[in-house]
Parts: sequence; C-alpha cells; structure tokens
Amino acid sequence: MDEGKGCFSSCMASNLTATVVLIITVTVILIRVSYVIYWTGKPVRRTCRKSLSTLVVLGSGGHTAEMLNLLMVLQKDRFTPRFYIAAATDNMSLQKSRVFESSLDDTTGKHGVAMQFVQIYRSREVGQSYITSVWTTLIAMAHALWLMIKTRPQVLLCNGPGTCIPLCIIAFVFKVVGIRWSYIFYVESIARVRRLSLSGLILYKLCIADELFVQWPQLQKKYPRARYVGCLM
Amino acid sequence: MDNVKDSEISKRTVFVTVGTTCFDALVRAVESKEVKDGLLRRGYTHLFIQMGRGTHTPTKSVGGDGSLSVDYFNFSSSIADHLRSASLVISHAGSIFETLQFAKPLIVVVNEDLMDNHQSELAEELADRKHLFCAHPQTLHQIIASMDMESLLPYHPGDATPVVEYINRFLGFPDA
Repeated sequence: MDEGKGCFSSCMASNLTATVVLIITVTVILIRVSYVIYWTGKPVRRTCRKSLSTLVVLGSGGHTAEMLNLLMVLQKDRFTPRFYIAAATDNMSLQKSRVFESSLDDTTGKHGVAMQFVQIYRSREVGQSYITSVWTTLIAMAHALWLMIKTRPQVLLCNGPGTCIPLCIIAFVFKVVGIRWSYIFYVESIARVRRLSLSGLILYKLCIADELFVQWPQLQKKYPRARYVGCLM
Repeated sequence: MDNVKDSEISKRTVFVTVGTTCFDALVRAVESKEVKDGLLRRGYTHLFIQMGRGTHTPTKSVGGDGSLSVDYFNFSSSIADHLRSASLVISHAGSIFETLQFAKPLIVVVNEDLMDNHQSELAEELADRKHLFCAHPQTLHQIIASMDMESLLPYHPGDATPVVEYINRFLGFPDA
C-alpha cells in the first residue's frame, strides 16, 4: 500500500519536474526569439572594420541580373568571402556569377580568398505533385541546413527566388540558438510593382529580414516597414 | 554600294522575342493577317521571330511586293545583336530591361497562360510611364495601329547605389 503511494507521489513529482522543465525551456526559447526579433532590423551601432562573409542567393533570369547590378556597386573588400547559391536546376545563374567574379578588377591581391559557388535542391519544381514535394522539401531543408552549417554567413543577400526562404529561416534559427548572428537583406524584384512576392511576404510578416527593400513607391506605401530605394535596373 | 546602303536603310525589321519561354499565343498573333497588315502599313518590311520553346512554327516568307518577309529561329546566344538591328521589338515580359537598354520602341505582350503573372504588373507600370507599349496577344494589332512613337520616353537605367549605401550604414561600415 505504502509502496503504491510512494510510486504515485514519485511519478507525480517527476511529472511536475518535467512540466516545470518544459515551461522553463519554452519560456527561455520565447524570450530568446523575442530578443532576436527585437534586434532584427536595428542597425549596428559600432563601426565595423572587418570584412563580413556573405551569402548571395541567386534566382533565375531577371533576379540574377538585378543581383549582379547590386554586387557591381558593392564594396567587394567589405563583403568577403562570398558564397553564391543557386537552384540545382538553374545552370545559368552560377555561370553568370562566375563570369562576374572573374571580371572583378583584383588590385587588392586577395585573389586567394575563396569564392564558392554551390547549387541547392529546390523544395518544389514547377508542376511537381504535392505528395512527392513533401519528400523533396525535407531533402531541400536538410541540404540548406548543411550548406548553412558549412558557410555560416554573416550577411545574406537575396532578391526573390523561393530558394532563399529555407536559408533565411535557418539563419534566423542560428541567431536564436547562438550559432551565428547574421544580417539578412532582401531586395524585392523590380517586377513586383503592386504586391510583394511570396518570399518577400514571408520575410516581411515573420520579421526575419533586417531590411526589405522595394523598387516601387506604391509598394512601400502598402508595406510601411519596407524601404523604397528606386529601380535597380 | 549605294544600293546596299539604300536597302539597309529601307529595311525595317520587327524583332519578336519570347526568351526561353513557350509563348505560342504571341507567335500566332504576330503571324496573323491583322498584325502583319498593320506592320506593313506602319512601314515595317521584315518580321524576325525568336520562338524559344514554342511548338507552333511560323511560315517563312521571302517578302517583297507589298508583303512582309518572315523568318524565325529558336534560340540565339546573341539576342543583343538582333535587338540592336531592330526598328521595333515585340517581346514577352521577361526581356523588358534587355530591350529598353537599347532604346528601341517596345511592345510587351503579356502571357496570360502563366499562372503567377506578376510580370504584367511591371509591363503595365512601365507603359503608364510611357517607356513602352503593353498588349495582349488578341489586342496586339490594335496597339500596332494606334501606337504613337513620339509619345515614348527614354528609360534611364536605375542604380543600386542607394541599396548598397543603406546596407553599409546598417552594418556600421564607415562612409567611403
């Protein structure tokens, strides 16, 4: 009888401990997430004197042309080393970024700095069925995680393609967990005049991007937290 | 020599491009009698079609005697050369800035078969700003008949410097 009581109370106790531990863990995670969200979008106060490793997410066609226009005026010595990521089905974009990198007038003599060009699996191809896309999404997420662990960028530059979403979410998780603090900049494509793209909308609503740039004034009116910067093309 | 020059001057080519897409509706539209007659009336002599992944093959024609010369190809690595030598460009919405940089009169035809057709937003916005004309496959002949080349304003290419300045300031890089 006593034994039964003892077991009962010890079970209760362990249950209680588990609950308390769970509540504490959830609270800590929530506090940490709010802390990360609070600091997302706040400019860095101290002067940055080091170069920052940068991940550039390329999309197909027009997206890549816009991104290369941006990279053209970017201070290359500040954003180095640079990693380029494009969808595995997109052979043109990485080729263009390679041409761009090799065209850089390298007077600094830092040619040894590794530029990496990698392809990433897409979660869903156009026309793919939803059932098989569950499986491919899992593979795509795992691949994105692996690439992010390998590169751990401090700056993410993206401008539209859906491939940037898993990478940005992982970057956000890295901030929460404390693996790497990064800054996410998203430039909405010039083709978006009246509404944000799905990628832009996700980053805007979830407050994941530090700055979300738009290229048309009417878009900034609709999404007040976005920043209007004029046309890139 | 003079004759060659004369024929070069009198040759006015309309270049149709669909990029890497499949846009049979546009190829069929430019091949229609209304559009071809409209182009002739506006003084164009040659129609050159880049048909991409389309399945509809246009009918070639040598032209002359009050008819339009028609020729086509699938892909080319030097679209720029074709754009440069054209007097009028009719394109899908994906090649807008490529064409505008050559300051050629441009009619953008919106592909209604695309599911997420955000490209038409851009074409309509730039048409409102008088940088190009915007049409649908079935309204192309009307646009050709009514377009006023004098009303077009040159497009000045944008600049990524403001974005880069924001990013630099955000990250605490000292101003250069």
